[in-house]
Amino acid sequence: MPDQDPAVQLRGAGRRYGERAALRDVSLQLRAGQTLVVLGPNGAGKTTLLRMLATLLRPHAGEVRVLGHELPDDGFAVRGRIGFLGHEPLLYRELTGRENLLFHARLHRVARERVDELLDAVGMRPRAEDPVAELSRGMVQRLAVARAVLHEPELLLLDEPLANLDPVAVAQVAPLIGRGGGRTRVLTSHDPVGGLVGADLALGLKRGRVALLARAADVTPAQIAELYA
Amino acid sequence: MKETVAALLRKELAIELRTRESVPAMVLFCVTTYVVFHFGLGDVGGARAVIAGDLAAGVLWVTLLFAAILGINRLFVADHEQGGFDGFLLAPVDRTALLVAKAIALLTFLCVVELVAVPAFGLLLLGPSLGQALPELLVVLLVADVGIAVVGTLVAALAIQTRARDLMVPLLALPLLVPVVIGASRATAPLLAQGAAASLPGDWLSLLALYDLLFALIAYAVFDFLLED
Repeated sequence: MPDQDPAVQLRGAGRRYGERAALRDVSLQLRAGQTLVVLGPNGAGKTTLLRMLATLLRPHAGEVRVLGHELPDDGFAVRGRIGFLGHEPLLYRELTGRENLLFHARLHRVARERVDELLDAVGMRPRAEDPVAELSRGMVQRLAVARAVLHEPELLLLDEPLANLDPVAVAQVAPLIGRGGGRTRVLTSHDPVGGLVGADLALGLKRGRVALLARAADVTPAQIAELYA
Repeated sequence: MKETVAALLRKELAIELRTRESVPAMVLFCVTTYVVFHFGLGDVGGARAVIAGDLAAGVLWVTLLFAAILGINRLFVADHEQGGFDGFLLAPVDRTALLVAKAIALLTFLCVVELVAVPAFGLLLLGPSLGQALPELLVVLLVADVGIAVVGTLVAALAIQTRARDLMVPLLALPLLVPVVIGASRATAPLLAQGAAASLPGDWLSLLALYDLLFALIAYAVFDFLLED
């Protein structure tokens, strides 16, 4: 990616589901290494935005560039450089945690040693041989974090990454999905105060439109209140 | 692509071995159908009624086809319900690998089903001995199964995107597989005829092989679009 290219760039991006516009006219730029937190009430379009950046949804309007490549045409060039953690863990319930991670490791051409390293990092080594169906939601979320960062992606797209995690698990996954390593991050949060911590930019969405776009440090409680009103 | 296909196939077979959702249902359907035919045909002049030739080939193949529909219906369910599609789409791999892996998995399921279903058919319904025709019958089974696997994978990938999957699979697959049933039945009939010197019916086998090739090319051309948002 040329240095001058932003890691994420949207110009008038939009997305519909049938006749309903889920995202309208979203424009922003995020430099490499920066963190964008996306805030907004339920149904505001946060997940749609993340899935669009992950190449899982095609934009229906505007321009979307990720890691210097235009989507959806250059989608193949950025797959494998993106780590996506959505609402679904993307793990097969019948397979064990280790089998799931090994499956994704094979798809991403990652060495199997990395799987053990991550199982240790998220504290799941003792339950690695249990089927995912037998794990608690918090444990599944820890495995999902491990899956998302398995291939050491440059861009992390995190939809409520700390959902279902206890404080110990939060501390375990924090180094994997935190600001370290120069990663660019786009994350959604229902906790505006916590979400803004560690973010460079804040995007507020309301009914699919941009209601707030500012430096995270400049966002005021009144703006947050207005967003969720 | 070989490594990706191997990873996907290993996952498919592991899930089927653990859930036993497809193959046992397909086997049970076949055996039950042959048992129903066995009792439905009743006795003729005090002797057990048996079938041969065209009728035997028709009963064998129609039953196998309906059993295949059960497997086709479930082919993408785990991927659809557990986010496997997204996990695959996020990986930097050739999407044709999924088509190949799913078709091989379905072909494997069909072969396993036939290991039980064909002897059961021979035992319950067939007049002539199955043994003499078996080598030629295995060739017909394999060529027809490839066609069912390719068409089935294509239909399953299309139907899984719709709400009425259970309805769409038979509605789409049965008409598309009529040529396979015709070819397979005609190729099988002489092998199952009373007192027949079994020889491989080359014309019908060639037709089946041509159909396999045609649909393999169609599936290769359109499969990417089926996975697109």
